[in-house]
Amino acid sequence: MKTFPLGGVHPSDNKKWSCAKPVEVLELPDVVNIPLGQHIGAPATAKVAKGDKVLTGQLIAEATGFMSANIHSPISGTVTAVDMQLNGQGLRQMMITIKREGDEWMPEIDRSAEIKRECNLDSAAIIAKIKDAGIVGMGGATFPTHVKLSIPNGCKAEYLIINGVECEPYLTSDHRTMLERGEELLIGVEILKKALNVEKAIIGIENNKPDAIAHLRKLIAEKQFAVTVEPLKVQYPQGGEKQLIAAVTGREVPPPPGLPIHVGAVVCNASTSVAIYEAVQKNKPLIERVVTITGKSLKEPRNLLTRMGTPVAKLVEMAGGLPEGDVKVVNGGPMMGRAMVNLDSPVTKGCSGVTVLSGKEANRVEAETCIKCAKCVSACPMGLEPYLISKMSKKQMWDGVESERITDCIECGCCQYTCPAGLPLLDYIRLGKQTVMGIIRARAAANAPKK
Amino acid sequence: MANKFFVAPSPHVHSAQSTQSLMRDVIIALLPALAVSVWVYGLNVLLVTAVAVVSCVLFEFLIQKYLLGGASTIGNLSAVVTGVLLAFNLPSNIPLWIVVIGAAVAIGVAKMTFGGLGRNPFNPALVGRVFLLIAYPVQMTSFAKPTAGQYVDTFSGATPLAAVKANLVEVSDVNLLNMLNGMMPGSLGEIASLALIIGGLYMLWRKVITWHIPVAVLGTMALFAAVVAFMKGGGSLFYELPAFHLMAGGALLGAIFMATDYVTSPMTHKGMLIYGVGIGLITMVIRLWGAYPEGMSFAILFMNAVTPLINKYVKPKRFGLMSGK
Repeated sequence: MKTFPLGGVHPSDNKKWSCAKPVEVLELPDVVNIPLGQHIGAPATAKVAKGDKVLTGQLIAEATGFMSANIHSPISGTVTAVDMQLNGQGLRQMMITIKREGDEWMPEIDRSAEIKRECNLDSAAIIAKIKDAGIVGMGGATFPTHVKLSIPNGCKAEYLIINGVECEPYLTSDHRTMLERGEELLIGVEILKKALNVEKAIIGIENNKPDAIAHLRKLIAEKQFAVTVEPLKVQYPQGGEKQLIAAVTGREVPPPPGLPIHVGAVVCNASTSVAIYEAVQKNKPLIERVVTITGKSLKEPRNLLTRMGTPVAKLVEMAGGLPEGDVKVVNGGPMMGRAMVNLDSPVTKGCSGVTVLSGKEANRVEAETCIKCAKCVSACPMGLEPYLISKMSKKQMWDGVESERITDCIECGCCQYTCPAGLPLLDYIRLGKQTVMGIIRARAAANAPKK
Repeated sequence: MANKFFVAPSPHVHSAQSTQSLMRDVIIALLPALAVSVWVYGLNVLLVTAVAVVSCVLFEFLIQKYLLGGASTIGNLSAVVTGVLLAFNLPSNIPLWIVVIGAAVAIGVAKMTFGGLGRNPFNPALVGRVFLLIAYPVQMTSFAKPTAGQYVDTFSGATPLAAVKANLVEVSDVNLLNMLNGMMPGSLGEIASLALIIGGLYMLWRKVITWHIPVAVLGTMALFAAVVAFMKGGGSLFYELPAFHLMAGGALLGAIFMATDYVTSPMTHKGMLIYGVGIGLITMVIRLWGAYPEGMSFAILFMNAVTPLINKYVKPKRFGLMSGK
């Protein structure tokens, strides 16, 4: 069975808490907060002001330039504020606040249950519709999808890879989506193939989801989709874009500024593929998504179809509330998710789950001295030496960490997960990476030809 | 709210392995060889091991408390591992006061001088052993005769390596089965070939070590022995020499337990292979042409010294680049 070539770890997947729970529709929130920056790139520009009435699915903020994404209202009601609010990490961020009145949708959105396979649009029209709908990568990276689909000159897409790996422990939103929205997903793949003009489409799924693999294979055979399913050996971080491409095609994306398209690959998350189907076939913008609320100590872990902007606290409440004592609430999974301080902050396009860790797991293990066991070097999927670049970053040796390729780091956390001394390796590596990227940008600006 | 919120950057989960759990696994892996040694040499083995362990832990505790300061590190069990490994490198009938001196050198000089676990350039147990070998050569090379079973002494109390080197016996006269089950004179932990291999397999299974260093060391030694035997004219020697060299002396103990010491071995798989090949080559050169019958300790210590250089120049294969750099 295929997997990626270097490193990787095997954290216990903890999917059992929620993987058998069908997706339920979460009741509509009374008030939503919609951040303008919930994707990679420039924050969107607000198109509404306080007092405006909006419908569900109406454009409320427009992409600022190419590398940005549109944002639509997830509910109908009145805009009560366009102002700075605290996000999940406790930082102030521009958000649009809407108070709900009923649930009245934009008339052009097709809300029928009918599945529509036929698509007569050409590539440019498909990409335009995806851009209009504000689709971004829903696996967590939130890269605007229309940017990914716009192939740069001189490049040619050969493979479309659908990321159904979901290698993050605990999370099951992609798993449930593949099981329950399989046909829509596959139509999304067909649309993407057309948009990219590629022959080969491969859905990569880790082997801990045999039901999803079997279900999609059955649908493909029954309804004659030109798509293959590739089961992958369970190993974190297989869902990382570069790791998945290497696992499926054997090709390695070169280091930055190398892109997947340079090896002929375009990767798209499984849930995103369903959103693309909805955008192109049903005119429905990205206003809701499946969010897994999970944790060992939660009374009722769930998979909830959630409107964007719903407070995370609402999900926690639906799962039976926080357990007593020490907790850490993570937006995303435990390997790459972000710890939250403010549960009133909203669910956004990249939020595939909320993981609650409790008791001893809420806190870090105590740090000891590095014993040079080399486990971090073996675990690094990028072939770096985490112990070294972490130590050099701590000592602020910026030239050194640059030549040790710190900018290749994908921040997957394998090194820190595996470190028996419990060292905060990735904390220092992140610091070093940010600093070096700043230095590289400054150097490029200084070397740019003067006008 | 009754909750205490924790916030930290990712990752938010950690593997179950800790320094202490790794050291505990090493100790477990050493137990079969210890048991065989007790069977071969009697209860004296336990006494020597106990004295070595207690002195190592005590020296680490005292030096930490009165010289270095800071929290005590004996809880991570690394001093226990050093103690057991030091004992494994001593004859079972060695005077106990020499064991204490060995522990003082191992922990005091080789480990704590540099700041404790993780910072020592040389394997502490081996520094202790080599110091004792030079300071007390007679006591360090007088081995008790195995007392178990119907042991027939073909070596006159010398180790197989020393006996062959002094031309007391031919390699072809050596009973390989006795070497496999530990019925031969030698340091108390190095004789039980099969038990050491079982310990190594346990450490591989528990992901304490990787295969690179032991395989590189033993493979190099076997190949070297085979080539030399072949060039000397072969015969039955050709078949027996590699097996003899792998089981004689400290080859298995060194390759599986001493050369794989985390702190003093390289960080990359490629580096580990270079390091292992170096140990195998130096060991065989000393065994075949050097003044000492056994060269494992010297070879490991020499390659410990080369480890920082290997770490500097041997880089892992980078993702997305054709070459290593």
